[in-house]
Amino acid sequence: MSQATVTDVHLHTFNTTFVGPGAADGMALYLQTSPEFHMKRLLCAGSGAIYQMCKSFRNEESGRYHNPEFTMLEWYRPGFDHFDLMAEMDLLLQSVLKTQPSDTMSYQQVFLQHLKIDPLTADIELLRQSAMSYDLGDFVAHEQNKDTLLQLLFCFKIEPKIGQERPMMIYDFPASQAALAQISPQDSRVAERFEVYYRGIELANGFHELADGSEQLARFEQDNQQRIAEGLAAQPIDHNLIDALGAGLPDCAGVALGIDRLIMLALNKKRIDQVIAFDVQRC
Amino acid sequence: MATVSTNEFKNGLKFMMDGEPCNILDNETVKPGKGQAFNRVKIRKLISGKVLEKTFKSGETVELADVMECNLDYLYSDGEFWHFMNAETFEQLAADAKAIGDNEKWLVEQDSCIITLWNNSPIIVSPPNFVEIEVTETDPGLKGDTAGTGGKPATLSTGAVVRVPLFIQIGEIIRVDTRTGDYVSRVSK
Repeated sequence: MSQATVTDVHLHTFNTTFVGPGAADGMALYLQTSPEFHMKRLLCAGSGAIYQMCKSFRNEESGRYHNPEFTMLEWYRPGFDHFDLMAEMDLLLQSVLKTQPSDTMSYQQVFLQHLKIDPLTADIELLRQSAMSYDLGDFVAHEQNKDTLLQLLFCFKIEPKIGQERPMMIYDFPASQAALAQISPQDSRVAERFEVYYRGIELANGFHELADGSEQLARFEQDNQQRIAEGLAAQPIDHNLIDALGAGLPDCAGVALGIDRLIMLALNKKRIDQVIAFDVQRC
Repeated sequence: MATVSTNEFKNGLKFMMDGEPCNILDNETVKPGKGQAFNRVKIRKLISGKVLEKTFKSGETVELADVMECNLDYLYSDGEFWHFMNAETFEQLAADAKAIGDNEKWLVEQDSCIITLWNNSPIIVSPPNFVEIEVTETDPGLKGDTAGTGGKPATLSTGAVVRVPLFIQIGEIIRVDTRTGDYVSRVSK
């Protein structure tokens, strides 16, 4: 649990109220959507390389590949950038899933190859036209958010085609989808973030971590502004994390891997509820 | 009319799309770890019968369709309308040819049918899964033939044409599966 939570517009947290010594009137607490903020505070405190396998909780997520309570393996490597960590992730997958070495491709390359669109230069009208040509929903015609359109095209027109034979790691996402990753020093249009896809499943998300506390704070505040614009409640910003980053996060890369999905792939199961004893329907 | 968000999507939910009530056949959430969630929905348009896939941005709202189903007994046809009655309240309802569709040939008087109403007007008439109808026309069969052979066509009193075993005679009543149009058995009188 945490006294603050993520601001990500697309993550919905479970919150509860602690009542007890020192909190007679109740204290808001949030279940973690991932252990990232706590682990980064440990890194700032000098932990060195760390890993954790734990439960994480996301509200409003339930389906073939989603359960609101799930198991995540997260680890951090000081001195690594996202490419180093992709290489380490590849070794893990080869070892656990007996996969062939992974393919890698940048977000820009994979869009160009499958949709003939450059996601870094395309304007919103071009993305709308493309999404409409594939009949990807009536909302597309007046969608104002470029990232929503990119994610739509990626989910339905790219993801089903990649990583079928061997895992595919996509790296250098648009800076507007940086989340907690550094912006690339070579190309400010992209963030040093990667995702792993295998047999139709999004398996892991990693960052060359953003270490700049003030930039992180600015991103959280921007998230909250977007939340308010979309009619969502602003979330309490985790100032413990911001303060820790201010004290200094070692240059590092970190990644979170969905363990339930890894087990699905290892056991060749079609639905996440086949690998969770007490999923949301049975818990 | 009430609206619902994509979070309330489930199989069987009826909503309006392109001015036509639709029924959700399958709903899948597609959510990247970082980013917008979508709902991929397979729907059947209830009037045209067309099945198609649609994508929604999670959180979008749709207008609910005022669609309900009721069990009514088939009474008779006057050539233009097909008349049904609620066996409890004796209220009557008339369905037009569009609602009947291809199902006229399975309508047997007194049989209970499922009528789908949209804004209180019938849009679909579903006959029972099994109906019993008299054979009015078929070639004479040979005694000793069994159901294993190819069979022969038989015309039923409702106009339906069904493949039946050779031993079936004019005047006999047979049981038919309306979903497939297949002969099931002979009904002893």
